[in-house]
Amino acid sequence: MDTISLYDLATTPAHEETKRIMQICNACRYCEGLCAVFPAMERRREFDEGDTAYLANLCHHCGACYHACQYAPPHEFGVNVPQTLAERRLETYGQFAWPPKMAGLFEKNGLLVSIIITICLSLAVGLMLAMISPALFWGVHLGEGAFYVIMPHTVMAGIPLAITSFTIVAFIMGWRRYWRSTGAKWGGMPALSDAFTAMATLRHLGGNQNGAGDGCPGPDDKPSMRRRYFHHATFYGFMMCFASTSVGTLYHYLLGREAPYGYFELPVVLGTVGGIILCIGTAGLWYEKRRMETGLKSLTTLGMDYAFIWLLFWVSATGLILLALRETSYMGLTLAIHLGLVYGFFLILPYSKFVHSIYRFAALLADAGEKRQTS
Amino acid sequence: MHTAKSNHHESDSLTSNIWDVIVIGAGNAGLCAAITAAEAGCSTLIIEAAPKDMRGGNTRHTRNLRAMHDEPTDVLTDAYSFDEYYDDLMRVTKGVTNHELAKLTLEKSVALTSWLGERGVRFQPALTGTLNLGRTNAFFLGGGRALLNALCRHADKIGITIAYDTAVQDLAIEEGLCEGVTLEDGRFIACRKLITTAGGFEANLDWLAEGWGESAKNFLVRGTPYNKGAILKSLLNKGAQVVGDLDQCHAVAIDARAPKYDGGIASRIDGVPFSAVLNKDGKRFYDEGEDFWPKRYAIWGRLVAGQPEQIAYAILDSDGVKRFMPSVFTPIQADSIGGLAEKLSLPVEATEKAIEAFNAACPEGPIDQQVLDGKATKGLTPEKTNWAAPIVKPPFYGFPLRPGITFTYMGVEVNDKAQIIMSDGKPAANLYAAGEIMAGNVLGQGYLAGIGMTIGGVFGLIAGEQAARSLTNQ
Repeated sequence: MDTISLYDLATTPAHEETKRIMQICNACRYCEGLCAVFPAMERRREFDEGDTAYLANLCHHCGACYHACQYAPPHEFGVNVPQTLAERRLETYGQFAWPPKMAGLFEKNGLLVSIIITICLSLAVGLMLAMISPALFWGVHLGEGAFYVIMPHTVMAGIPLAITSFTIVAFIMGWRRYWRSTGAKWGGMPALSDAFTAMATLRHLGGNQNGAGDGCPGPDDKPSMRRRYFHHATFYGFMMCFASTSVGTLYHYLLGREAPYGYFELPVVLGTVGGIILCIGTAGLWYEKRRMETGLKSLTTLGMDYAFIWLLFWVSATGLILLALRETSYMGLTLAIHLGLVYGFFLILPYSKFVHSIYRFAALLADAGEKRQTS
Repeated sequence: MHTAKSNHHESDSLTSNIWDVIVIGAGNAGLCAAITAAEAGCSTLIIEAAPKDMRGGNTRHTRNLRAMHDEPTDVLTDAYSFDEYYDDLMRVTKGVTNHELAKLTLEKSVALTSWLGERGVRFQPALTGTLNLGRTNAFFLGGGRALLNALCRHADKIGITIAYDTAVQDLAIEEGLCEGVTLEDGRFIACRKLITTAGGFEANLDWLAEGWGESAKNFLVRGTPYNKGAILKSLLNKGAQVVGDLDQCHAVAIDARAPKYDGGIASRIDGVPFSAVLNKDGKRFYDEGEDFWPKRYAIWGRLVAGQPEQIAYAILDSDGVKRFMPSVFTPIQADSIGGLAEKLSLPVEATEKAIEAFNAACPEGPIDQQVLDGKATKGLTPEKTNWAAPIVKPPFYGFPLRPGITFTYMGVEVNDKAQIIMSDGKPAANLYAAGEIMAGNVLGQGYLAGIGMTIGGVFGLIAGEQAARSLTNQ
């Protein structure tokens, strides 16, 4: 596609391999019913860097095409679409990163995420231990405002506010860089609605572009819906936790009521249910990724994948532990650990696997627009 | 009757008992036969020459089957009546068919998609896909390998043993009765019924050369490298009645840069109707625009096979190259016809002359590729009768072409019970065949897209059912 781009993408080995493979796929087209990637490929004859970035981010890595492929290894064409697109995807995360200097953070991302999180965790726990008298830190605090004995609300909320403001700017800039360099076009409100549906239902994760597939092929090629369900759990669990925090903020400022709230109040119910679902979802995704066939996995992205999954798991799990221990003398410590993880999570967000949601949605939106244009 | 076995690991278990049914080949026909027999209670072994990753013969390279239906189904639009299907078959085979078996194939094709669907095969919904064949052909979601995966999973579930990477060398047949098979490693496996679904011999260039002469050595094999014809040869040696001619095969013109074996669909070139095709002497030799490509591609393998050194070159300009589906291999490109000829190792002067003459003979005005537009050259030998547009707009493109063999037609004769007919005209007692190895009974020549899978499925089901029936009657 011809695009005049502010952010011309450089050519890379993964782009070249994607281009090679797409040329084979475009002459075969047997996979066109499996997901959105292949119909989008069929709308093109040539694949520049923007096109491969778009297709890579449209791919949900279900693996159906790899199992169905007559040209997969050991065939001499050596076609491995999911693995190649995963590698291309990782490259684009770096290429779209803002500020551009941060591009390198996506290399050895698993290690980076682990280091940042460890630093945040140590800082949070260490600073609190250093700054708060042991009697307060290890004390039992009950009733409204109990958390803020340990850490004033302005600090507790101020830190993430500062971090997320930056994160949001980074996401907007990343989106903009994606959108311009792939030559995506706005397809109007119907396309937006299509993209939301595709995101909310994960219709493309499961081996049939109509959403009616049998699921992602596991080892020994047995299809299963587990990855879709676990991803739903992760996504909706995360959204509930997010809602929990938002409702809590409203309680604080509108109703003038301070946390912790009762076990059956909305912020806690949302956080508890969401947190449990999120733990199940992330643990399940980890398990499914682990048992995924080796030929399908991308070793270059595995560190990033696992680091993010585990980070999400522990953010959520420590929240639940805090809930369980909040009326004991361990509240101070668990609060420190939870906050350390949460702050670290938000800090690393624009340079973690979280960005897949930004670019995946952008790709789905572009795809929905293209489809409506051509149909 | 034995109970079904499912031990994949101990090779001893293959030889230590008598199988009710052995099926040779894990393609569409073989899996349909084995599943039918196993569902009827037979202990069933499939012996597959290829390793697991490359299993399933030419089914790997297929993507649809042609099915009769009187009203729209979930996977087929509109209707495709018996009469229309039969007419289509008669048109392509020019009547070279066993009419009784042809009728049987068509009638039984009705139930095929639902039978496969119940065993896990998924189809693309009707009204989607590239080829506009949604009325006559049901498309496998993800193609033939996805179909194989689904059927193999089902076979595994119902206790069928599949021995991969295991080649059969010979069949133990005495007076029309088969007692088992000998593997290449010398082991003997005994059975009560043998169903051969081992495909044709397209990957055996020596055998092809018996029909085609030395030119066969220059053929590319689009199909599986595992169809070497050992089973067919063994059957014919043991007195099975042959059907079809040695040199009949599905041969299309494919990109000369495709792999020697197993190139499949992606080696296809669709550009011939919008090109001028030259042989290695720089001469045109056939009407490139005779008819729509889907109706003509299957004769071009034969045409190229008849040219010196079995090679030809499709020459296009930058307008022509945009008129067809992209291909795997990037065309060779140059800014002048002479430059292109050099890159293709064609004689420069002859090529330039041929293209000049071609261009001079082209009519005025744009061509319309949606219809047979009658835009024909005047004064050429041979003429190009449709879509003749001058090749003038650089850059110029060239695709080298070679004959690509997908499958062969010569096989064994069968009856309506899929029993193999011996040379004395009588059916063998316990020998059955399905798929490419007997497709020549129905498809004596020509080709109808998707009918190979239909024949394989229909006769696979019949063979499995008949083999099981005669066992349960004993």
